[in-house]
Amino acid sequence: MASQAESLNSGNTSRPKSRWNSTETLVAFLFLLPSLIGFIMFYAVPAVRGFWISLTDWDLLTDPTWVGLENYQKLIGDREFRNSLWVTLRYVLWNIPLQTAIAVVIAVMMDRLTKSMVVRALLIVPWLMPNVIVAMLWLWLMDPGLGLLNQVWEGMGFEGWGFLGNVDQAIPSIAVINIWRHVGYTALLIFAGLQTIPKSIYEAASIDGATELRAFWHMTIPLLRPVLAFVLITSLIGSFQIFDTVAVTTGGGPINSTEVINMLIFERAFERFDMGYATTVANALFLMLVGVSLVQLRLFNADDSDY
Amino acid sequence: MTPQNNSFNAGRIAMWVLMIIILFLTLFPFWWVLRTALTTQGMIFDSTTSLWPVGFTWENFARVLGLVDTSEALASGGSGQSINFFRFLMNSFVFSTIITVFQVSFSTMAAYAFARLKFPGRDTIFLLYVSALMVPGIVTLIPNFVMIRGIGQWLGNMSEVLDGSYGLLMGQMVAPYFFMTPFAVFFLRQFFLGLNKEVEEAARIDGANYWGVFWNVALPMSRPPIVTLGIITFINSWNEYLWPLVVGRDESVRVLTVALNIFRSQQPSGVPDWTGLMAGTALAILPVLLIYMFVSRQVIDSIQFTGFK
Repeated sequence: MASQAESLNSGNTSRPKSRWNSTETLVAFLFLLPSLIGFIMFYAVPAVRGFWISLTDWDLLTDPTWVGLENYQKLIGDREFRNSLWVTLRYVLWNIPLQTAIAVVIAVMMDRLTKSMVVRALLIVPWLMPNVIVAMLWLWLMDPGLGLLNQVWEGMGFEGWGFLGNVDQAIPSIAVINIWRHVGYTALLIFAGLQTIPKSIYEAASIDGATELRAFWHMTIPLLRPVLAFVLITSLIGSFQIFDTVAVTTGGGPINSTEVINMLIFERAFERFDMGYATTVANALFLMLVGVSLVQLRLFNADDSDY
Repeated sequence: MTPQNNSFNAGRIAMWVLMIIILFLTLFPFWWVLRTALTTQGMIFDSTTSLWPVGFTWENFARVLGLVDTSEALASGGSGQSINFFRFLMNSFVFSTIITVFQVSFSTMAAYAFARLKFPGRDTIFLLYVSALMVPGIVTLIPNFVMIRGIGQWLGNMSEVLDGSYGLLMGQMVAPYFFMTPFAVFFLRQFFLGLNKEVEEAARIDGANYWGVFWNVALPMSRPPIVTLGIITFINSWNEYLWPLVVGRDESVRVLTVALNIFRSQQPSGVPDWTGLMAGTALAILPVLLIYMFVSRQVIDSIQFTGFK
């Protein structure tokens, strides 16, 4: 902000009366024009239109009919919506704590062991792959009959898993797939955060007799708080929007046990052509994500760390 | 050596072991894809835990690429479907390249205006852009689909040449990503704000116009972040699934991600053609890995950079 104030003082000395230089304004809007077109067409108007569609009953073929808040009322009593909320929450609860914990461990190990670019480069390879490909790969590894996981597991004398075909195991299985894809990326973000902590404070702590574990718990974690907050908010928001992996591996089944919110929206919109209700669910998701972010920001007080 | 040093070393060794296990778990599934892709279709039931392909063969790749005719493919146990890999690869490439080139160019111009030029409404417009970062993709997906479909139908009715043409269908697919994303503008604006202004001001005093300063002074100094953004944009576009699925099911513009899942869903239930599926998967992994080998450093730097805003 300092630079802004500075530039306001230094610029335009020749025309002190006007705050804006007309040539500069014209140039600025020419620079902005393409992005403005894109923003208005694909972000601003659709956001408003999405709200308007949610107030109608519309199958894409006939004209939409105005129904007011009926779709929102339907939402409250809808068992499928409630199921998808629960399924998504269950997924998030499997996904985020495990992923974050493993990522912290990997990041701390990298910090202690090696600054090698190769290790970092290899860890994020899964994250570079399209979700569809990652899902395909794990569909094969997790195949109950021929997949490697069960072959090894049963070879050791245990009973095989149902994985994606089992009502109870499908969501944890999908969580494992996405943890595999994202954990290296998350670890890299946390690793970058660790680099900002001066090593001297650890020396001071060890002189004071603190064990490594205590130093980790009482110094590293609090100092990492801003980075952890950023990682948690972004991964949580992403986690609530899971779609690709479900679409490839289970398609929402078995018996709706993986019918996450985005899957429900997709089916309502593009299989049943119930545009009004689909946008209603989408808007509800948006409101929930805003709520989640606000709560998290409050909890983490992300702007400052303890020290 | 003091006992303390010993336990320290034991801890280090344990950490290295764990690290190697993690790296193994990260990379081994890729080998398994290749191992399966190189296994003879009929031998998938034999030695299921063999680390090496069973009955080594390139047949699956040939099948998936459509290089073997249907009857032969059926005889070797496939479903007889090829995925026309080259076309879908080209489509993914065209889709990602168009988006990357235009989105990065337009977003760079916008970011420069926000960071360097003074005009009424600047902060308000930027705030609107940033708030769009919060909106989940699914919220704008349906209205965007309705609009794009409407424009497509209208253009198709206007001209028979356009109707169903590659250009029109590809245009529908790239449209929402073509002009900007809030992230791209935000990312580059942060960079421009951190750039030393004095060189640009000196160029202005020397009589360069706004475009000249942008093109000859600011851009050359901004190569690394622009390249980085380009890489991120390309990877994201390459991985895109939902939007191309919704507007680009037509075989002429179908991208790899959509094609692979359609290929999977066409498999006979119960006995999917795993060797064929893994050959397709391996072929789809390959281009990403090839690009990554050259730009891994920039990708890592960009991830570490986005962590700090």
